[in-house]
Amino acid sequence: MELTEDHPQDGSAPAAVVPPLRRIVVESETVPIRVGDYAGPPDPNYGRDPWQVGTGTEGEPVWVEERMRTEDLSIAYGDNRAVKDVSIEVNSGEVLALIGPSGCGKTTLLRSLNRLVELTPAAKRTGRIILDNQSVDDFDVTQLRSRVGMLFQQPNPFPMSIFDNVAYGLRERGSKKPRRKILEPVVVDALERAGLWDEVSSNLNHPALALSGGQQQRLCIARSLAVSPEVLLLDEPCSALDPISTSIIEETIVELKSEVAIVIVTHNLQQAARIADRVAFMYLGDLVEQGAAGQVFGAPREERTQDYVGGGFG
Amino acid sequence: MEAASFNEVDLQEQTLEVDRTDRRVELLLGALASTILLLIAGMIIFVFVKALPSFTHNGLAWFGSGGSVDDQLMNIFNSPAEPENYVYHLRAWPLLYATILITGVAVLISVVFSVLSGIFIVEFAPERLRKTIEPVVKLLAAVPSVIYGLIGILVVVPFVAEHLISEGRKESVAYVIQLDGTSILVGVFILTIMICPIMIAIIVDALRAVPDKWVEGAAALGVNRWRAMRTVSLRAIRPAIVAALVLATARALGEAIMLSMVAGSVGFAPNPLDGFTFFLEPARPLASTIVDNAEGLSVAPFGQTMYAFAAILLISSAFLSFAGWAARKSFSRYTLGAR
Amino acid sequence: MSIEVRTAAPGPRPSLVKDPTDPRPTPKPSAAAAAGISHDTGWSIGDKAGLIAAWVCGISLCVIAASIVLFMAWKGIQFLHLDMLTTSPQASLDQSANGGFLDPLVGTLLLTAIGIAFAVPTGVAIAVWLTEYGRPAGLARLVESGVEIVAGTPSIVLAIFGLLVFQQSFMGIFSFTAEGGAVFGRSFLTAGAMMALIALPLVIGSTREALNTIPRHVREASYALGKDKASTIRRVLLPSARNGIATGATLGMGRICGDTAIVVILLGASMQTTPESGFFGLFRGTGSTLTSYVYNNSPAGEGNAPDKAYAAAFVLLMIVILLNFVVSLIGKRKAPQWN
Repeated sequence: MELTEDHPQDGSAPAAVVPPLRRIVVESETVPIRVGDYAGPPDPNYGRDPWQVGTGTEGEPVWVEERMRTEDLSIAYGDNRAVKDVSIEVNSGEVLALIGPSGCGKTTLLRSLNRLVELTPAAKRTGRIILDNQSVDDFDVTQLRSRVGMLFQQPNPFPMSIFDNVAYGLRERGSKKPRRKILEPVVVDALERAGLWDEVSSNLNHPALALSGGQQQRLCIARSLAVSPEVLLLDEPCSALDPISTSIIEETIVELKSEVAIVIVTHNLQQAARIADRVAFMYLGDLVEQGAAGQVFGAPREERTQDYVGGGFG
Repeated sequence: MEAASFNEVDLQEQTLEVDRTDRRVELLLGALASTILLLIAGMIIFVFVKALPSFTHNGLAWFGSGGSVDDQLMNIFNSPAEPENYVYHLRAWPLLYATILITGVAVLISVVFSVLSGIFIVEFAPERLRKTIEPVVKLLAAVPSVIYGLIGILVVVPFVAEHLISEGRKESVAYVIQLDGTSILVGVFILTIMICPIMIAIIVDALRAVPDKWVEGAAALGVNRWRAMRTVSLRAIRPAIVAALVLATARALGEAIMLSMVAGSVGFAPNPLDGFTFFLEPARPLASTIVDNAEGLSVAPFGQTMYAFAAILLISSAFLSFAGWAARKSFSRYTLGAR
Repeated sequence: MSIEVRTAAPGPRPSLVKDPTDPRPTPKPSAAAAAGISHDTGWSIGDKAGLIAAWVCGISLCVIAASIVLFMAWKGIQFLHLDMLTTSPQASLDQSANGGFLDPLVGTLLLTAIGIAFAVPTGVAIAVWLTEYGRPAGLARLVESGVEIVAGTPSIVLAIFGLLVFQQSFMGIFSFTAEGGAVFGRSFLTAGAMMALIALPLVIGSTREALNTIPRHVREASYALGKDKASTIRRVLLPSARNGIATGATLGMGRICGDTAIVVILLGASMQTTPESGFFGLFRGTGSTLTSYVYNNSPAGEGNAPDKAYAAAFVLLMIVILLNFVVSLIGKRKAPQWN
């Protein structure tokens, strides 16, 4: 066991008024790194199962790092509490799936992570949401949303060309619009990562709405990736798509998880089992259970989870 | 078996009967719908045939300037009764100029004002204000132009005459025109107030119809509210803005009574070189000229001149419809009817 | 097992500070950052200016709208007396002696009724043909653009076109024929016919909109019951579209009772209703409407009785408000629920 003090290296940080945060990294051959307000060995029931994310394809360790977490988060629409005291972490390097019956608050939870829930006038929030050790309220909302991207249930490309769709976030965020020449490599890169480049490389100027539903959804992924988010929120991204498009999107998600922390809301338990590393089950606004995908689906601890998951699988 | 085949024949005949009535109804309705084309063709032919002498006598100089247009109209009105001695000499530029100037400026101001107000109403206005202002805007869009004209001539014109027109200013242009408050300034102002509600009503409806998912999509990319509005919503409603523009321009172009009340009703071409006085000079667009001279329509050469003005208005409004159609078509490329 | 405890200073994104001993792979810089695209977020100066402009326009819209409405209400309360609604206008230069505006009020109602009676059947028929038949497609498209051209034609042009048509000798039955055979061309009927053209595009537009919202399966269900197209239209489609038809008719009425140019040209200049003799005498006679009354009593007209003009304008405004209210009532009425 070794202890290292890590001082700010840029030298510009002002004298800390707030006591410094202690971040503890636990590392072993079998237990992957875990960062957070945490002291002690990983909770066997809560952390990642070794067989889930312990090692990569070539035996190298797969790193996960906390990007976001909520602390006692509650969201209410008027008197109706949609999310009740939920504390959950979002880690990079893994896919977190939120499952649960309709109206259980999972979409609300998702939309609160990038403060999109604030577009609903009646919504009220208590509790904290932390992005990289900073409350999301401290961010400029536009800055927050460019770091926490989101994908919606219905593909929603803008009525513009494919290129303009992907470039949109980059063009419209700053005071100065970058030229197409500068944007081009970024757009191409985003389309490649979204797995759409091969299909659209020859018609970047075609209207985006002429693409098929699955292509539109991947275009929306590319549009989010172009602004290089650190967290990507997916709100039932495949519910409007056919099985083939769904499997392509799922592949894309799995490929992306090494670069971006992914949270996905899904009704499709098979889908959650296929792509998720960690699963959280919500019911009537409560976070009932969370854990490694294998554990939640294979050996749920809560009865409610068992009922839901059991119903879903058999 | 026999009964069945009998029924079959019966059914066939019935179907034939049904087809025949249906065909008759279709032809009847189709014929009725086609009469609208006949009507337009008739209107164009009638108006142009009637207007022809005025154009042929003057040639392209009809559109030019030269002399006082009101004097020329007076001479036409007083032409001798014999057809061979009819007077047609006319240089209509001041009227065309007034039409273009007043309509153009009012429409330009209105587009900007209406788009911004539409955004305000849909996106930024407090709920209670929005609920009040929307029906009021719809009401103002339906208020008869003569009421705007009345307010203009009884309130705005005296105000301008009292506060903006000094004796010195009057004298500075007294050798060509008399300033009495009726002016292109008031004309443009009242016309703007008149056509803005029409545009705002259309723009607000269109903005409200923009799918939420586009606005949310832009917000989720970290684009601020204003940018999202401008780059997604406004872009998406461009066809509606064009439609509003066409409708408002058509109204402005054809506005006769109100402008004849507040814009001075003098066939004068305001001179931009006069500085601010320019705005206080009177003018009279084509439509007002026709309505002001309604009594003289039965005097043959004078009536023909009026129909020449009508012909110009007719061409302009047809061209306007066409331009609007072309613009909407060019915008629809990326929208693909997704709205 | 090794446990590493690191203490990070609070501040923006401590995770960006890379610990040299951290075994984790360095995240590769984003493509956007690599391309040198700035990440500045928030509101640029242009955005702020746009936002402020929207607020300024929105607030001034509210101010202008409120002042127009309040001003007209104030003038109406000040000058309107109930006896004005029951006495005919008298020729007098003195405001106190020139009577009320019973005739113009009745004229407005009569003209609106005539116009809408022409416009609704024709408009509904054309709308049905366009949505339900529309064959041949080329003709349908022509009719559509024809309707658009009619909608864009200034009413002053329609007015003098109407005068031209109704002064033909075979149109004599619609108006007054002078000795010697000259047809006057001006009457409630002729003005109403032209007014119908103003209302027609509105009726067609909202009827088509209503017909288009009826899903296909409703029509198919009717055919499946053995009904032919004509009776499907009459029994199923038109009743379902009645809200749309009523909206179009009401909007059309608003336009008709607000139009001045057609009244001035096609209804003659007398303030009092002067019926012709014989059957339909009233319809063939001339008269006035509130709009022409307001115009004539404003300083721009002959009478110059501004108080009466205000009072009449207020009554006209009340009619328009009533029609607007009816439109919103129809809009709120329960639309037929499909499925």
